[in-house]
Order: sequence, then structure tokens, then C-alpha cells
Amino acid sequence: MQLNRTEKIIDMNNETGQFSPGDPESQAGGSHKFNVGAGLADRKHRLHLKNETPCLKVSDFNLFYGADQALKNINMIIPQERVTAFIGPSGCGKSTLLRCFNRMNDLIDIVKTEGSIYLHEQDIYNKKVNVAELRRRIGMVFQKPNPFPKSVYENVAYGLRIQGVRDRHKLDDAVENSLRSAALWDEVKDRLNTNALGLSGGQQQRLVIARAIAIEPEILLLDEPASALDPISTLKIEELIHELKNNYTIVIVTHNMQQAARVSDYTAYMYIGEIIEYTDTNTLFTNPGKKMTEDYITGRYG
Amino acid sequence: MSSNKMTPHISRAFDQDLENIRTRVMEMGGLIEQQLENALKGLVDNEVETAESVLKAEYRVNSMEVSIDEDCTQILAKRQPAAGDLRLVMAVGKTITDLERVGDEAQKIAKMAIELSQKSGPKSYYIGINSMGNHVRKMLRGSLDAFARMDSKAALEVASQEPESDDQYAALLRQMITYMIEDPRSITSVLDAIWCARSLERVGDHARNICEYTIYLVEGKDVRHISLDQIAREIGSEDNP
Repeated sequence: MQLNRTEKIIDMNNETGQFSPGDPESQAGGSHKFNVGAGLADRKHRLHLKNETPCLKVSDFNLFYGADQALKNINMIIPQERVTAFIGPSGCGKSTLLRCFNRMNDLIDIVKTEGSIYLHEQDIYNKKVNVAELRRRIGMVFQKPNPFPKSVYENVAYGLRIQGVRDRHKLDDAVENSLRSAALWDEVKDRLNTNALGLSGGQQQRLVIARAIAIEPEILLLDEPASALDPISTLKIEELIHELKNNYTIVIVTHNMQQAARVSDYTAYMYIGEIIEYTDTNTLFTNPGKKMTEDYITGRYG
Repeated sequence: MSSNKMTPHISRAFDQDLENIRTRVMEMGGLIEQQLENALKGLVDNEVETAESVLKAEYRVNSMEVSIDEDCTQILAKRQPAAGDLRLVMAVGKTITDLERVGDEAQKIAKMAIELSQKSGPKSYYIGINSMGNHVRKMLRGSLDAFARMDSKAALEVASQEPESDDQYAALLRQMITYMIEDPRSITSVLDAIWCARSLERVGDHARNICEYTIYLVEGKDVRHISLDQIAREIGSEDNP
């Protein structure tokens, strides 16, 4: 029985067919002795950054707040249509790095950057880049839900209106689709014209996500999107992230390691401005390569 | 990661929880070793009372398994362990299952010893069983030592002895068959002896399993169902980029 099960596992993973279940020699050897040919590598259904299409590419990136260096020589890719999580203790630079992806740090006067971040082939720190357009393509959701003091409908339609969309049908469709994608439609469809500030915190956060996806960005940056929410709303946001990754590239910063483990495909562990370890989430949480990572995710003194 | 296990958690209660299951696995391992030793003694030296003591202590083995298992569940539910901690809890959960099965094999041997003590007949075939018993007992002890010291190299070494117990079993079988051919009246008691040998061979398998869990715990690599050579390569290689 045990042997059979093993064979199945190996069969599924081994497309090259190096191990044949019918091989009498492997049968005779007992469960411990048979040779599976290609070995352990086949057993692992691992994601690997090498196999991903880069959406963003960070290259030799440094960031300074005045004289203090907050990001040190960051080199990484953010894979397309995957969820990438940044974890690390407070002040490690994970939010700062996230905010670099849509140049939110431009708003802080003392920030100085070096190096490049490429969105596909284009350097977003190039002087010719239209930052408003960049932020349309790379949407952002913050820790605290920040709906406008307007109706639910107008919150979601806001971005499109700014883009000059006037067609009522188009707006209606976009609002409904966005709210559905954000798993909020059923809860608000009967009160689209009430003030969004009357929604619960969890609903407000999903509304903000709906607002972000209404303008069809390529990338969603989520900065602690669930840390101010109750556990049920948190799970709804996590489920939403899971749904959204089919169409969007998502980068999430979170203090909640279990959340990173649950929602992300890749996780980067950062410490004082550096990326210590960046690999697929399964590996990082079960068998991290660095002691610093292990100490952090298991709650030990560093 | 193995050399760094001593870094304490921020939560000291978590350290205690993990230390607790580790200690209790060793405690259970000690009891199992004792059970196996007594069962073999009962069989080979024809000591019925020693064999009976094995049956009496069986409930302790079972209750330890259940209770350690429950502790593991509690840790999973409350602490959400990750990385090395998670692997420890998983390895403990599996190790105690194998230990409990070794306990079952010891119980079978003890029962056989009690039955065989009432039958007359040549006892010479116990010599082979005894030496096989010593071999698998050494394996079991080695596997528990490797687990306690979290030593994957030692675990591999012990696991490498498992084929030898298979060979011993095969040799013993051939010997038993000659006994049966020579004297058909001995068939019932020789069959019993074969069952004992079979049990011991299983103990060797369980000891190897425990070694594999230790390798998983230390190296983070699942080495079940692969050859010893492959295990050695896995221990030697750095998998993470």
C-alpha cells in the first residue's frame, strides 16, 4: 500500500518517466530500496523565481532619508501575477521599498534615491516618466482604510471620472465589477449611494481595494492591508488577495508572518534596509536558508 | 540550522513547550528500548515473567503516544510554529508513531515468548534471533541518540544499517526452513520464531524511519523513500540558492 502511494506521488512529479511503477526491480526492493531515478528534485513542486516573468525589477537600488540610508543595494524582481510579501521587523525598510514602486517617496522632501526600478523595460525613476500615469498602473492600498467622504458609488467611480469617463453605463459596469472583484458587491449593492464612511472597517478596506482596481492597474501594492481589521475581515481580505492574483501582480507588506505565509507565493525577509533572504514562501517558512530568517520567523532573539 | 537551536524564543513558554515534547520523546524511546529488551530476554532466555512485564507496560507506551501527540496538536494550534520549530513538531509526531509500532512489535514478541515457553522443542534457532535482536536494538538506540543530538550524519549512519537487518532476516528465514524440512513436528514453533524475526525486521524499518525524521528535522529535507546514496547526497548538498 505504502509502495503504491509512493509510486503515485513520484509518477505525478516525474514527467520524464525515469521511474516506471511497473519496474520489477523497484517493486522487489521493498519500500526503502527502490530507486526513484531523478531523486528528490522531482518531489518538490516548488515555485522558483528563476522561472517567473519579472514584472518589476529592482536594480542596485539605494534610498536615503537625509543622511540615513534606509535601503541598501536592493536587487530583486517582483514576479508577474504572483503575490510577493515583504516581512521584517519595524524599521527594516519594507514599507519604504514598497512605496518606491509607485514613487510615493517622491512626496517626502528629504528622500534621495540611487539605482533603478524597471516596470517591464521602463525605468520608473527616469525623469520622463509621468508619475500620475505610473500610479494609475501601480495602485496602492494603505493600512488604514481611507475612503473619500462620498458615496460608495462615487468612491469607486472616482478614478474613472478623473480620467474623464462620463458614460453612465460604463461607470455603472466598472463600479459593479470592481465591487464584485473586491468581494463587496453583495454587501453594498443596496446602498451604493450611502456615505462610504458608514461602512465597517473591513468593508471600507475592501472598498478602497475596489477603488484601486477600478482603474485597472497592473500592480497592487498593499501596505499592511489587514492590520487594522478583525480576524473575519482579515480572512476576507486574504481571500480577496488570493482571487486578485489571477489578474494582478500583488506586493504586500505585513507584520503578520502567518498572513505572509498564507497569502504569498514569494517572501522577502528584510532587516535594516537589506534583503536577507528572498525565496518561495513554502521554503522560507519551512526551511529558511539563513539563521537570521529562521530566528525572525520562529520568534527568537536575533 | 542545527547548530543554532539554542537561541531562545522571545516567548519562554514556547521554549518550554518544545523542550517538553523533545524530552518526552526520549522518555518514550527509553521505555520502548526497555520493552524490546525485555521481550527478547523473555524469548531467548525463556523468562516468562519478563515477557509478561512487557504486556503489562504496553498501556504506558500507548498513553505516552496519545499524550505527546496531544501536546504537538496544542503547539500547532497555539504557537503556529515555523521553520525548525515546525519541523521539530512534525518529526516528533511521526517519531512517536514509529516508536509506538516498535512497542507493538515488542508486544508480539513477548506474546510469542509466552506461547513458546509452553512448547517443548529445540531452541537453537534463538541464537540467530538474538543476534538480529541485538542489531535492531542497537539501531533503535542509535536512531534515538541521533534524534536527541539532532545529528543528521549519525542518523544516516544508523539508517545505513537497515539493509543488514534485512539480510539477517533473509538468512534467518533460510535457516528456519531447514529446521522445518528436517523435522516437520517443529513447524508450529519455528513459524512462531519466524514471526519474531519478522517483528525484529520491522523494528529495523522503524528505526530507519526515525533516522529519516531526524534528517528532515535537521536538514529540512524529506528523505523518505529514496536510496541511502541519495540521502547522503541530500545531506551533503546545499539546496537553497
